[in-house]
This record gives sequence, structure tokens and C-alpha cells, in this order.
Amino acid sequence: MNPLSVLVGKAVRRASKLRGGGSALPGLVVERLDPGFMGRALTGLKHGVVVVSGTNGKTTTTKMVVELLEGQGLKVFTNRTGSNFTRGVAAALLGEVDWRGRLDADIAVLELDEAHAVHFVRLVPPRYSLLLNVLRDQLDRFGEIDATTRLLETIAAATTGAVILNREDPRVAGIAASIPTADVVYFGLDASLRSTFPNDDELRGAAGIAPASALRADVVLDQVDGNSAVFLLSGSTADPTADAAAGAAFESVHVDLRLRGVYNIFNAAAALATARAVLGAAVAKDALIASLAAVEPAFGRGESLVVDGRALELVLVKNPSGFRLGLKSFDPSGCATMIAINDNYADGRDMSWLWDVDFDSLGLDGVDVVSGVRAYDMALRLKYDDVPVRAVEPDLPAALKEFISGNADLPKRIFCTYTAMLAVRRDLSKITKVEVVS
Amino acid sequence: MPNGTAISKGTIRVLQLYPREMNIYGDWGNVLVLKQRLTWHGYTPEILEHNAGDPFPDDIDLIIGGGGQDSGQLVIQEDLQALAPTLRALAEDGFPMLLICGLYQLFGNFFRTHDGGVIPGIGVLDLETRGGEKRLIGNVVATSTEFGDIHGYENHSGQTFLGPGLAPLATVTKGEGNNAGDQHEGARYRNIVASYLHGSLLPKNPAIADFLIRTAVERKYGSFEPGVIDDSLAEAARRHAGARPR
Repeated sequence: MNPLSVLVGKAVRRASKLRGGGSALPGLVVERLDPGFMGRALTGLKHGVVVVSGTNGKTTTTKMVVELLEGQGLKVFTNRTGSNFTRGVAAALLGEVDWRGRLDADIAVLELDEAHAVHFVRLVPPRYSLLLNVLRDQLDRFGEIDATTRLLETIAAATTGAVILNREDPRVAGIAASIPTADVVYFGLDASLRSTFPNDDELRGAAGIAPASALRADVVLDQVDGNSAVFLLSGSTADPTADAAAGAAFESVHVDLRLRGVYNIFNAAAALATARAVLGAAVAKDALIASLAAVEPAFGRGESLVVDGRALELVLVKNPSGFRLGLKSFDPSGCATMIAINDNYADGRDMSWLWDVDFDSLGLDGVDVVSGVRAYDMALRLKYDDVPVRAVEPDLPAALKEFISGNADLPKRIFCTYTAMLAVRRDLSKITKVEVVS
Repeated sequence: MPNGTAISKGTIRVLQLYPREMNIYGDWGNVLVLKQRLTWHGYTPEILEHNAGDPFPDDIDLIIGGGGQDSGQLVIQEDLQALAPTLRALAEDGFPMLLICGLYQLFGNFFRTHDGGVIPGIGVLDLETRGGEKRLIGNVVATSTEFGDIHGYENHSGQTFLGPGLAPLATVTKGEGNNAGDQHEGARYRNIVASYLHGSLLPKNPAIADFLIRTAVERKYGSFEPGVIDDSLAEAARRHAGARPR
């Protein structure tokens, strides 16, 4: 025990909150002062630690898993700021531990960036890991997506209880072969939905969708219609199979979600499979489904705000598949659209990714304002898809003002990269109610 | 669209090499730029794909090839070697080609990997590549007398060295380019433009796109009549890119 480092860390956390500063600094301080802090705080939880990683959907999926488990009566610790480096976890812990560094929780559910997760699992082997997908993203950090796959393999290998894998992503499903002892649980999609969620090989140039996986999934997303979804949960008595014809082995569950976006709905299958893995036979199914239906979007991820009496939606876009699914999830007609692209470290510096997204769906209505540090790269991208752009303004506050005043009577949607999303939220908080996430 | 009613000045067939394996880092952007600029210049683009095992089409006008993961390069290796004589003959004949990153390396003599293995290239370009300890990653600005400043983004672990008779595409003023030693970026041979730069390369460097288009059209139709294209967005994107940190 090192009460001093906990107290110092808590003091830094308070000071940096007063300053309105970053969420990770106190974590960095306590990591330096007391490298064993995190491991001690997270050891001995009744249900252990769940690590959620992968390219897309980490924040929203983590939020879902947390709320599903809370709905089952568990006390859950999580890092809900989306600060998904180990120091972000340490910072979140500082807010929750007592002065001796002890955490009062049944389970920790942690979103971790792929590279940081590898560092984290060396300190704290997770009991469960949920690995969502491997898609081209931040290649300026990871080099190649095959390298990212190897990071996820390391997380899976360190997991002691069960690894929950996306059956539809061949890079993720392939990780099963390298798992020494833990159980493997899959979540998946009905064949009719697979073209909606292309894996990285299918983004461009692939001559069609690969054959359906023969792996057995614990939870399958069967149908999606707007915000409604049907999930197939494997039965408790019979073995689940991937074959829809063996429907008797599954229980079909209809859910009306508050979450928007098809990508979130697929990740709901991942969250359900994870909660079922944690609780096993003890899971209360009706409460599980009720909790899922009640989950609100995470901040900036399809989050809906109100500006001058009109809805304004923030859709975080970080990589080609996320941007594609974002465009596919939200109908542009009758809605004003803004796109804000930054190239700070957290966004990725390479603009190549914009060229792996199709913007044809915006062609009819056009884009009202393009902004961000790389506004002109984005405007150029749209020009090559024949999408009309009404204004280009790299300065975000000025662009936001123009966007809101120029479209007073319309609902609005802003597609934004990570740091652009933070800046937009900060600016919007001056004129409307924006939930503070800390 | 002004081209909707105009009579096409001719058809240009663009072949994309190995789009399945060699298409990472926005290589599609280069194909799209050729396709759209051909249209805006008044020509009709046709985009064809060549994947491993496909018969190689003989009525094409322009070749474009991109980067891939190490695993992807192994998949195409055999097919590329079989095409080597055809591609060498086309190159010597002045056929326009754009080669980015992975295929730039494989059009050279060989790639000596980090652990000492040798991946043979097809020897179209007199250059060799050695696997490096550290990846060269970041924004690049390189200058060339032919195309002016070239803006892009590099992300490669192989370090490429040009043979004595082979000219670089440009001289790096920000970033590394071919390797961490000399200031060379890319290679320029007959009507081949080869480069490590993503970004994608052609959107922000329309001069290179128009060189490839002009060459393809002149070879096929004798002369090139360009259309008028407003490149002000590309100009602005270049200014902003040039001001960004490495």
C-alpha cells in the first residue's frame, strides 16, 4: 500500500479538474510515483476485469457492457471518459479508490486502446476480453493492420477466463487459434446483414463477401430496422450453432434501442455476449434486455444535443469503416450537414483515410460547412465525389457559428474527428446544455 | 456536369494492379482522381482491375499500383513475377505508370528484409530496398523541377536506394522520403512516376495526375486537349498540408 501516492494523485486530479484540464494527467503522475497502484486496485474484484478493445466502437460498447452488468446488480468500475490509455484508467481509478488505494466494485470494465491494452494486461491480466474488430485506422501509429491484430492476440493470450470475439472479422476470429487456456465466445451477424459491416478486406476490391462463418456464436444480430433489432441468444440447454436452420437452439429477442447507428447495434450483440459470459447461468434475461434498451449514446458518438430548439447530432468519425457506417446510419435528407476534420495526434495525421470513404450518399443534399485543420483536404475529397460544399472554414468556432445561423430551421448533424468533436462540444457548451463527462 | 452532353474526346483505360491486396492508405484516391480528371478533361475513363491469377488485359492505357501490407505482398509475388516481362516492355516503351509504396518497392531489383531474406522485385526500376529498424512516418514535402512541390504522407519500414542511372522523383525538404540517408523521394523513369507518398498522392498533386493523363492520351490519340479544371481546393489543401508538423 502506498497511501501517499493515492493522496498526491487525488490532489492532482482535483487540481486538474479545477483547471478544466485533461483527464489523464493525474493518472500519469500516479503511474510515475507508484507503478503498482493500478494492479493493486484492480486485483481481487469478485468478477475480475473486462478489457474492451478493437478499432471501432470501444467507447459505446464499454458503456453498454457497464450498464448491462449494473442492471444485473453489479457495482461496476469503468473509465467512461474515453481516455483509453493506461494513464486514463489510472486517472479514473484515482477518483474511485479510498485513501488506501482500494476499489469498491464487483468488476471493472475498461476500454483500452490496442497498444495500451498490451501494456495494461502485463500489469493486470483480465478475466475477460472483448475484441471488436481490426480495421484500417491510425496506421501512422500502428504501421499495419496485421500489426494491430498481433496486439489483440497479446490481450487474448493474457486473458484468464473468456475471450469474446467477433466471428465476422477474420482477423479477430483468427485470434482464437492463439488462445492457450481461456474459453472463446463469439458474437456475430445473420448472413443478410454481413454486407452492411464489411471487414477490412472487403472495403475495396474484394470480389464479394466471404462465405458465412461456421463458428458457433453466443449472440447473433439477426435483423435491424431503424433503432429496432432482433438478437438471437443461444439457448441454455442446446448448443448454439451458426446455422439459422437450427433456430430451436436460439431464443429470439426484440429490442427497441435508444442507441442510433447500425454499428452500435452490432456492438450491442458484443455487449450481450460479454455480459452473458461474465454472469453465466445467473444472468437475468429480461433485466438484461431492459438495460440494453435504455442505453444512451456515449458522448460524441451519435450524441444528440439541442441548439436553438433544433436537434444537433455529433457523429464521431475516426477511420474509413467508422465514417462509412456513420454515413449509412444517418439519413442526410432534411438535415444540415457539417464535417470537421482535424489531424492532431489523436485523430491520425495521415489524410489518406478520407479517400477510403464513399461520400456519394451526401451528393444529393450536399455539405453545408466543412471545417477543421484539414478542412481543405475534406473539401477536396468531396469535390472528387461530386458532393456540393457550400462553405469551407478551417476555424471551428467560426464554422460552427456559420453552420448554426445558416440552418436555423433544420436539424443538424456534425461528423467530426476526435479532437474536432471535443472542440465542438466545448464550443457548444457555451450556447446549450452539454453533459460534462469526467 | 458539363461533360454530360459533351462528346467524349476518347476513352482511356486505367488498370489498377492488385486492388485486393495493394490498396491500403487510400490508394483508391489515386484511381478516383484519374477517373474524375479524365472526365473533366473531356475523356471517358474506364477503370479495370488486375488481381492475382487474372489474365492481363492488353488494351490498357495507364497503370496504377499501390501499397499493401507485408502479407499482401507475398500473395501477389508469383503473379507479379509472371507479369515482369510484360511490365518491363511496357515501361521501356514509355507507358505511363504510377507506383506507390509497396509496388514501388517491388518494381525494383529486390527487397532485403530485416531478417536477411530477399524478396525478388521485377527489375523495372534500378533500385533496391532494405528493411529498416524504424518506420519512416509523417508528412512530407519534396520539390521537383518537373512537378513543383509535392505534398504527401509517408509510412514505410523499407528504405529504398536508387541505382546510379535512376533519377529521384523529387528532393525532400520535410520528412525522409526513400530512406533516412539521402534526400531522395521516389523515382522517375521514362513515363513512370514512383513514390512512397500517400495522402493520397494525386488529389493534392494534380500536376502529377495530369502528366499521367497527358502521356496516356498522347500515346493513344497523338495529342492531348486538356479541359479547364478548377484546382483552387487542391491549392488550399497543399498550403495547409505544408504548414502541418512532420
